[in-house]
Amino acid sequence: MSNDACPILEMRHISKTFPGVKALKDVQLSIRAGEIHSLMGENGAGKSTLMKILSGAYVPDAGAEIRVDGKAVTIEGPLSAKALGIAVIYQELSLCPNLSVAENIYLGRELRRHGLVDRKAMQAACAGILRRLGASFGPATEVASLSIAERQLVEIARALHAEARILVMDEPTTPLSSRETDRLFALIRQLRTDGLAIIYISHRMSEIYDLSDRVSVLRDGTYVGTLERAALSAESLVQMMVGRDLSGFYTKEHATYDPGRVVLAARHIGDGKRVRDCSFDVHAGEVLGIAGLVGAGRTELARMVFGADPRSSGEIHIDGVPVDVRTPLDAIRAGLVYLTEDRKAQGLFLDMSVRDNINVCACSLDAHPGGLLDRARGKARAAAAIASLGIRVGDGRRNVGALSGGNQQKVLLSRLLEIKPRVLILDEPTRGVDIGAKSEIYRIINALAQSGVAIVVISSELPEIVGTADRVLVMREGELVAELGGHSGEPIEQATIIEYATGARQTLLAAA
Amino acid sequence: MSTQVSGVVANLPQTPAPSATERLRQLMRSVGMLPVLILLCIGFGTLADGFFSLQNASIVAQQASINVVLAAGMTFVILTGGIDLSVGSILAAAAVVTMLASNIPGAGMLGVAAGLLAGLACGLVNGGLIAFVRLPPFIVTLGALTAMRGVARLLGDDKTIFNPDLPFAFIGNGAVLGVPWLVIIAAAVVLLSWFILRRTVLGVQIYSVGGNPEAARLSGIKVWKVLLFVYAMSGLLSGLGAVMTSARLFAANGLQLGQSYELDAIAAVILGGTSFVGGVGSIVGTLIGALIIAVLSNGLVLLGVSDIWQYIVKGLVIIGAVALDRYRQSGART
Repeated sequence: MSNDACPILEMRHISKTFPGVKALKDVQLSIRAGEIHSLMGENGAGKSTLMKILSGAYVPDAGAEIRVDGKAVTIEGPLSAKALGIAVIYQELSLCPNLSVAENIYLGRELRRHGLVDRKAMQAACAGILRRLGASFGPATEVASLSIAERQLVEIARALHAEARILVMDEPTTPLSSRETDRLFALIRQLRTDGLAIIYISHRMSEIYDLSDRVSVLRDGTYVGTLERAALSAESLVQMMVGRDLSGFYTKEHATYDPGRVVLAARHIGDGKRVRDCSFDVHAGEVLGIAGLVGAGRTELARMVFGADPRSSGEIHIDGVPVDVRTPLDAIRAGLVYLTEDRKAQGLFLDMSVRDNINVCACSLDAHPGGLLDRARGKARAAAAIASLGIRVGDGRRNVGALSGGNQQKVLLSRLLEIKPRVLILDEPTRGVDIGAKSEIYRIINALAQSGVAIVVISSELPEIVGTADRVLVMREGELVAELGGHSGEPIEQATIIEYATGARQTLLAAA
Repeated sequence: MSTQVSGVVANLPQTPAPSATERLRQLMRSVGMLPVLILLCIGFGTLADGFFSLQNASIVAQQASINVVLAAGMTFVILTGGIDLSVGSILAAAAVVTMLASNIPGAGMLGVAAGLLAGLACGLVNGGLIAFVRLPPFIVTLGALTAMRGVARLLGDDKTIFNPDLPFAFIGNGAVLGVPWLVIIAAAVVLLSWFILRRTVLGVQIYSVGGNPEAARLSGIKVWKVLLFVYAMSGLLSGLGAVMTSARLFAANGLQLGQSYELDAIAAVILGGTSFVGGVGSIVGTLIGALIIAVLSNGLVLLGVSDIWQYIVKGLVIIGAVALDRYRQSGART
């Protein structure tokens, strides 16, 4: 790009102190027009804080310097950030689902005619932007009827309409399928060609490779450095992020599973729509991976096996004994537990303490007669779990909502482990979790497999599937279509999984 | 479990234990509205003669007692994210049942059991509709608010039922070592509620269902059981309130008794810092909330404020106190 000399955005000496915590220490960031600049760092490294300063949500400590187009500016609030052409698209989208696309794009700046809202003029103006973004829906569409990917488009359209020149995207692909992700990436590249500066935040290494012109890394609230595209490598990035060598990132030391001992046997599971006739076995000490595109029915399958959603067909056997699983409680009693993919909405009690969150299932098992809590035991159990899983919390009485994603995930995991499961189904076990916690979770999975637990890992991250699983089932459009590893004779490779998941290669599994 | 994965993760930096300011903040949060109650007492104590007397304290406690009992039930319900608008009407119907049963010759004590059972039955119906038919609590209990008022009038033939020789009159008028029975019962209800919420598995499950119903279900908690329990509890405590009221009045009237009691109970719970969406709150907070309402009424009467102004002041104090609480908590969060 031509304007190397004068970056569109320059942030220097940015510090931010919260009571008791120094969230950012003298951080810098320099963004050029027409580049995709990725920002990486573990959860808690300070990315969000830095972006909140940029968007005007936080005011930095004294001494901060922010320049836009070379001119020193102060960002006092969201409005002044907007006026400077800065737009942020957060993970939680901020649209009103009951309004139309055009109304959302114009929210707060509605066009008026004779004091009334002029919908026609708004829709006409939006149609152009939507066409430019390649949207398949019109400006009059109600946002509630759009998919998450389409809603992101509306957010981007809103930013473009406000003439944003610096666009911050915070983990935009988390809820997207891989096809939607591809489409989003094409759009991001087009926006780069149009001269926008894009700050891209993600935990996924493959996306960073795919998109970035440069990558800046934060660690513990400090700026570690910036890599040009040519210098990018997974090792160097991971090293910068964690400050330590992460060789042996994935841990798969458990002995090859014992093919004789099937713990969970699921037969002909289905609801006739999203999941059709799925049968599979999980052995003691085995990690079974279930791969597939988002929307392939993996979560639905797991929830049916766990009794969380109704199914129209299927039997479940645990240790060869048929079990009538109709509710999660039935499954838990049979030693089958499920870690949800959405820990905040379906897993944790955010306003409750870490201790109560860990104990909520197990406390009924060891209660005194009459349902009285064994408080000493609960306290000891929580303390043991906090220590053994390495949950970073000083005091188990603190609310779980205040913890980082990785620590929240470990709290949820330990709740399940405390009921000593025979079968553990983990749905996206490392989603929204930083790299350090990720590798700790892999080590926990490994240790559990070694102790003989049968484990199912559902993941959209192929390296995670390949790195943790002994055997992989691929799911496509509600059916199990392939088996890799184990006795299948086919090696577990990312490319093969993708071929089966997308339908590029087809061999329907012989019904087990 | 700990043996399975012990030593997997070693040498982690631990976040420091809560600092002194953090502790102070936690303390502030747990005492909640206590400062408001103390300020009110100090205010009325200086303005009104006789506010700080043993006799007046006993009056305030007795006035608060029935609302404390209803508000305790309401605390269970609101902790699950629900609401019970029918407690006043249930109280009226149960009071009529109590008086009718107390008039049975030779078995007057049956009135107590009849009142409790009537309340419990109403609560079970509410809870059943909410837990099994999955109707919204607001709708169910709004319907019950109206219907049970009608039932109360029907049962008593729309007349006031008297019993001047009530065998359990001591509940409304007696005292043990100077402490009125009404106050003893209210205190016992608070203690029992605290025990259930803090010391039993059921208590943990009540908070869980209110905090995140879907997570509760996935954790194997029988959500229907918890919902049935809280509405049954609220109904039972309405029945207890009915026994207390009728014992005090020697009479019950299906039309007038318990009118708008649900509002005072809800106000006490909310003043006590319990979250309307569920999952956060405490019975101690509710007790303080109910005492604030009682002290306010009593103090205003002592000051000779007309009852028109009492309504206005009470309403404003409720809004102001909760606004203050929100402000304080938002300050603490950043």
